Amino acid sequence: MASAFVEKPQTLMRESGNMFAVALEGLRATPQIKTWWREYIDQCWFIAKVTSIPSILISIPFGAVIALHVGSFNKQLGATAATGSAMVLAIVREASPVAAALMIAGAGGAAMTADIGSRKIRDEIDALQVMGINPVHRLVTPRLWASATVGALLVSLVSVAGLGGGYFFNVIVQHVSAGAFLSGFTTLAQPWDLWSSIAKAFVFGMIAGMVACYKGLYAKGGPKGVGDAVNQAVVVTFIFVFFVNFIMTSLYFALVPQKF
Amino acid sequence: MDPASPNGHQPGDAIISLRGVTKSFGSHTVLKDISFDVPKGHISVILGPSGTGKSVMLKNIIGLLTPDEGEIWVDGEQTVGMGEKDLYRVRRKFGVLFQDGALFGSMNLYDNIAFPLREHTKKGEREIREIVLEKADMVGLLDHMKKTPGEISGGMRKRAGLARALVMEPEIVLFDEPDSGLDPVRVAYLDELVVDVQGKTGATFFIITHNIASVMRTAEYMGVLFRSGLVKFGPKSEMIDSTNPIIRQFLAGKPRGPIGMDEMAGTAEEWEGDEELMNTKILTV
Repeated sequence: MASAFVEKPQTLMRESGNMFAVALEGLRATPQIKTWWREYIDQCWFIAKVTSIPSILISIPFGAVIALHVGSFNKQLGATAATGSAMVLAIVREASPVAAALMIAGAGGAAMTADIGSRKIRDEIDALQVMGINPVHRLVTPRLWASATVGALLVSLVSVAGLGGGYFFNVIVQHVSAGAFLSGFTTLAQPWDLWSSIAKAFVFGMIAGMVACYKGLYAKGGPKGVGDAVNQAVVVTFIFVFFVNFIMTSLYFALVPQKF
Repeated sequence: MDPASPNGHQPGDAIISLRGVTKSFGSHTVLKDISFDVPKGHISVILGPSGTGKSVMLKNIIGLLTPDEGEIWVDGEQTVGMGEKDLYRVRRKFGVLFQDGALFGSMNLYDNIAFPLREHTKKGEREIREIVLEKADMVGLLDHMKKTPGEISGGMRKRAGLARALVMEPEIVLFDEPDSGLDPVRVAYLDELVVDVQGKTGATFFIITHNIASVMRTAEYMGVLFRSGLVKFGPKSEMIDSTNPIIRQFLAGKPRGPIGMDEMAGTAEEWEGDEELMNTKILTV
């Protein structure tokens, strides 16, 4: 029994070590932009294609749900006009970077892991190495930057769609005046919220890319192994993203002075 | 700087030399103290029952895996413990035909075969086209250049993989079970192609397989791996005449002998001098 207690943490340490090694090796090749920019553009386009519509579709109802909660609460307090200010904080600061990251992990990252994993089990990765090409530089570098880029871009889209959903429920359904809703945007929120949101999404996107590529590169055991790798990649990314989100939010509060 | 030779060749003749190569995964030893020389410019084959570490040996030779102990010399350079940059340089001496061809699924056959040229040479598209079509013709795939690997048969994938392995004119071509997944007729065709191409290029061909018929057609030198160890490596004629029970049983392809279903049917010594085994007919082609 004792060995299980030793082996599990060892495996965990080794896995995390390998994952960060893959990511660092990938980032190290960043200056050799000539070898990866094509793949980068392909990947950006691919991730944007599979994530943008689903992100909008989840963020509209999400914005609406927050609007309903905050709206009914504020109604009892007689502060319906403050709904807009609460909405913007919830959506821009917290919901949209996480939603963007989950989309990138669930749609883009899963496809990335499946792609790299099936290349791995078909020996394509070995073939690259044998042909004198570092597969991490070739495959991981563009994917890391692509998922980070799309993360940062996606977060704006998610914010706009989420606020749109909130606007609809607050102004049209709950009859708050449009002016009060919109003017509330700047009572609590500040430009720093937007920057931090974009920075978060960039980091989350990179995490999604890192986990996806690592799990793909280390896939083994045939087609079932690829399926397992995809599953693990999505779960591990979710855990990582929520954890890093906590750290980045704490940092944000420590570094950026709040309005109230 | 050449290592001393254990199996009678002049050191200068060897292009790949293994010295005491040992590799384990956890507590399972896959290769145990393997030493032999692959002679330059010939076809050498390593035979062995499934699961005796043939693929692991191949991966050690190309540097995809690192042995726990021992030395591997490629063309006069020790590759174990070599830096990444040097390793990538040494790997360019190799062309490798993987089990299923390992073609890139996202590219058609033409781009697959052209890939190493585009990556590692400054050749123009016209020159690349000439070389690619020449190699494609050599393996008989000229009419299928526009197809992707998913659209062609296993045999064609192997031939395309061979064309890609040859396109940089490597000094050494490694084959990982070229016969796997092919019917006997296709294997015979592929063997013919292998011998033919080796004759044309003069490169060193190193094949791992468990197909005896194929070995008899292609090999000039052969070795037998059994229970993680190398039983013997030498010229084909010497191996066919060998009285070693393991070699005899394996070349005869019969159940009688030290090689069992679970690989633990007995030791070579127990079967030493077994008359029935010694008189078994070996499949020569």
